[in-house]
Amino acid sequence: MPMAASEISDMIKAAIPDAEVTIRDLVGDGDHYAARVVSKSFAGMSRIRQHQAVYAALKGRVGGELHALQLETAVPQEIISE
Amino acid sequence: MSDAQTRIADLVKNNDVMLFMKGTALFPQCGFSSRAIAILDRLGAKYETVDVLQDPEIRNGIKEFSDWPTIPQLYVKGEFVGGSDIMMEMFESGELQELLGQPSPSGDGK
Repeated sequence: MPMAASEISDMIKAAIPDAEVTIRDLVGDGDHYAARVVSKSFAGMSRIRQHQAVYAALKGRVGGELHALQLETAVPQEIISE
Repeated sequence: MSDAQTRIADLVKNNDVMLFMKGTALFPQCGFSSRAIAILDRLGAKYETVDVLQDPEIRNGIKEFSDWPTIPQLYVKGEFVGGSDIMMEMFESGELQELLGQPSPSGDGK
């Protein structure tokens, strides 16, 4: 079953409160999204761990009812340059 | 360890560059798997693939193996590297070339 972009965004923010989440619906079918998630909590984490944190926030939806979530994670610029 | 976990561990151990994907290198069955193959081909990497669509045990087992919910999944020298998004980021930054031991375009190559 497709998920609304707002639902994805809400679930990520519930688990990662400071996350800045940008979601794009890639095809317009409510089933293929791209998400960019920026959070201070990612600092010092490997890319794999950052993605795993987002997958964990989505509680098993990715790979199940949400077929495609193209994911990009990042630490806010001001943290990197500190 | 279950049978599937043992099989996956062996595949990852015995192949330096191992891609679990949907479909085959010639006929990927999913855009993400297709992108993973395109990146590896572009780098001229030698790799092995397993089509998880042909093997439900591995399809389920691989998600548990790496604690990663999606396919494709790339393993290099026994280590989980990530899915196609991470592969693309690492390709663009040159990290993947380095990991695969390919000379970078600007380097002198060996």
